[in-house]
Amino acid sequence: MSDLTETELAVIRRLVGRIIPASTEYGVPGADDDVIFSDITATLATNIAALGDMLASLEADAVERASAPDIDALIQRLQEPFGPAVGLLIAVVAQCYYRDDRVMRSLEMEARAPFPKGFEVEAGDWSLLDPVRARSPIWRDAT
Amino acid sequence: MTDMVDVLIIGAGASGAAVAWSLSDTRMRIVCLEQGDWPNSSKFPSTGRDWEARQMSERSFSPNQRQAAADYPISEDSSPIKIANFNGVGGGTVLYTAHFPRLHPSDFRVRSLDGVADDWPIDYETLAPFYAENDRMMGVSGLAGDPAYPPKSPSMPPLALGRSGAALARGFNALGWHWWPSDSAIASEDYEGRGRCINLGNCIAGCAQGAKASTDITYWPAAVRAGVEVRTRCRVREITCDDDGRATGAIYYDEDGAERFQAAEVVIMACNGVGTPRILLNSKSRRFPDGLANSSGLVGKNLMFHPATLVTGVFDEEQDGHRGPHNWLWSHQFYETDPERGFVRGYMFEANRGMGPVLTALGGVEGGAIPIGEDHHRAFRQQFNRTTGLVILCEDLPEEHNTVTLDSTLTDAHGIPAPKITYTISENSQRMRDHATARASEVLRAAGAHTVRDQFLGVGGWHLMGTARMGADPSRSVVNEWGRSHDVKNLFIVDGSIFVTSGGVNPTCTIQALALYIADAMKQRLANLFD
Repeated sequence: MSDLTETELAVIRRLVGRIIPASTEYGVPGADDDVIFSDITATLATNIAALGDMLASLEADAVERASAPDIDALIQRLQEPFGPAVGLLIAVVAQCYYRDDRVMRSLEMEARAPFPKGFEVEAGDWSLLDPVRARSPIWRDAT
Repeated sequence: MTDMVDVLIIGAGASGAAVAWSLSDTRMRIVCLEQGDWPNSSKFPSTGRDWEARQMSERSFSPNQRQAAADYPISEDSSPIKIANFNGVGGGTVLYTAHFPRLHPSDFRVRSLDGVADDWPIDYETLAPFYAENDRMMGVSGLAGDPAYPPKSPSMPPLALGRSGAALARGFNALGWHWWPSDSAIASEDYEGRGRCINLGNCIAGCAQGAKASTDITYWPAAVRAGVEVRTRCRVREITCDDDGRATGAIYYDEDGAERFQAAEVVIMACNGVGTPRILLNSKSRRFPDGLANSSGLVGKNLMFHPATLVTGVFDEEQDGHRGPHNWLWSHQFYETDPERGFVRGYMFEANRGMGPVLTALGGVEGGAIPIGEDHHRAFRQQFNRTTGLVILCEDLPEEHNTVTLDSTLTDAHGIPAPKITYTISENSQRMRDHATARASEVLRAAGAHTVRDQFLGVGGWHLMGTARMGADPSRSVVNEWGRSHDVKNLFIVDGSIFVTSGGVNPTCTIQALALYIADAMKQRLANLFD
């Protein structure tokens, strides 16, 4: 877990919940879901300092009261003075969100590491090469 | 000081492994100093659920991002292209895509054919048997009969075409343009104790299956069995020399940080196009005040990358996405010079299947195709597993103002000056890139993509060439036509530094063929190697 205060955690949770919100249409949680948010804060633990100035610029109460569109606008505004911090936050959100079992299943992915099972890739129709096989050599004779 | 060895190799990557293996049959005492460690495939990213996250952190191809103990920092603010490498046994082959095209015959004759740069002192025919030997050692999948090359015979069938390959093939065919399954150093069948590719799809972060041919699992086991010693976590600071101008060995720091000296009869540099000039420039002495092997002043100059752009198309139909080796199909339609195009030399397309969910999301957000917020999920699903692309690799001509020098302030953990990269993309390369981007868009549209985007790959400085070029003229080159320094008769260079020109293809198999060729030349001259 991180050294973030409860107030800071609440602010971050509001932000990440709007970076990737829950969707009933696709049946997926938002990035502020308990499990995903726990992964996010654990991942952020080694990079807290990078978020410090951005978090210090925010009023927690105002963030708490803000509507979803207001949070969206806030994230856009933060890009200018705190671009690297916002970029880091988005990167960590994506890393953690897209390895959640529920999210992976919603994408028709198996919730597992690639190794050792691997994946299937179609062998393909090699007759597509026929017109290329029919070509004369195109390499340039350098002798 | 340790006992004198016959041959001291600096660097255990693509070329160091090849030259060590080839020389091992001489039964000379051979030691290789490597600043990194042996890779552990059981810890490669694709063994974990966080495989994409780790690809962007501790397994990043950027040493400045990775910042592992084996890495040295690189000053690269003066270059739009950033260095990619891996420091460890296997070197760059651990983190490469294993795309394995050879240079073309014309690449060795650019001055004669096109009036630019310089001809190589050797030709394709000279390297051909060493290309073949290297293919056998690494294990290459592919298909004979490619009209873009003189005849050659890959040892295994091609990698699966897949949905992405079929789509791209239809696009190329619609335009009447060349395409062919790539030569790939990825085993499509079980090969020499290595398991076949199971389409993990994360080749660039290391192959947990061992299907990808990195030299830690190809050349090195054979070389070690033959008696070569690999000394890991040993970082070389400088090559020493005597008053007669002969290399005497290397000063290095061992894994405990202690300064050591390894004496050697022959020193072979195999540290890549950045690491080799770094060490040579740092090897100053009374006799060689400008750095070792640098009487021409060309050590560190003529740095070449392959300016690269990724052009992606979004399809309605599902593509292969992150599954399968990423670079498995190429086109050399625009490889050879055509004056009508407004530039000399040419480029290659290498297909890129797609990306995993994290990189799809991040790339989409960065490029504006996927928003954060309410519309994220819809936009994400339009891209994920529906995107396939082409990477453009442009030939980069040598220019002396593109350099590797020693940074005046930045050092590594041992206080050794860091390399500084100073590089600009030439007008010729820019025109080539513009042409290639437009042609790639045409292919993707013809293949059925409804949306096409392009992205300059500034992070893509994988191919490091030209900084200790080979040639017959000591005033215009650093090593001779068989890799020996003009200035120091027992110093050899076998990595990408010695390229005269870059070609427009991934360089690894040429680097290794050159290393085998130079080793062969050394063996044939053992009795009078220093004459």
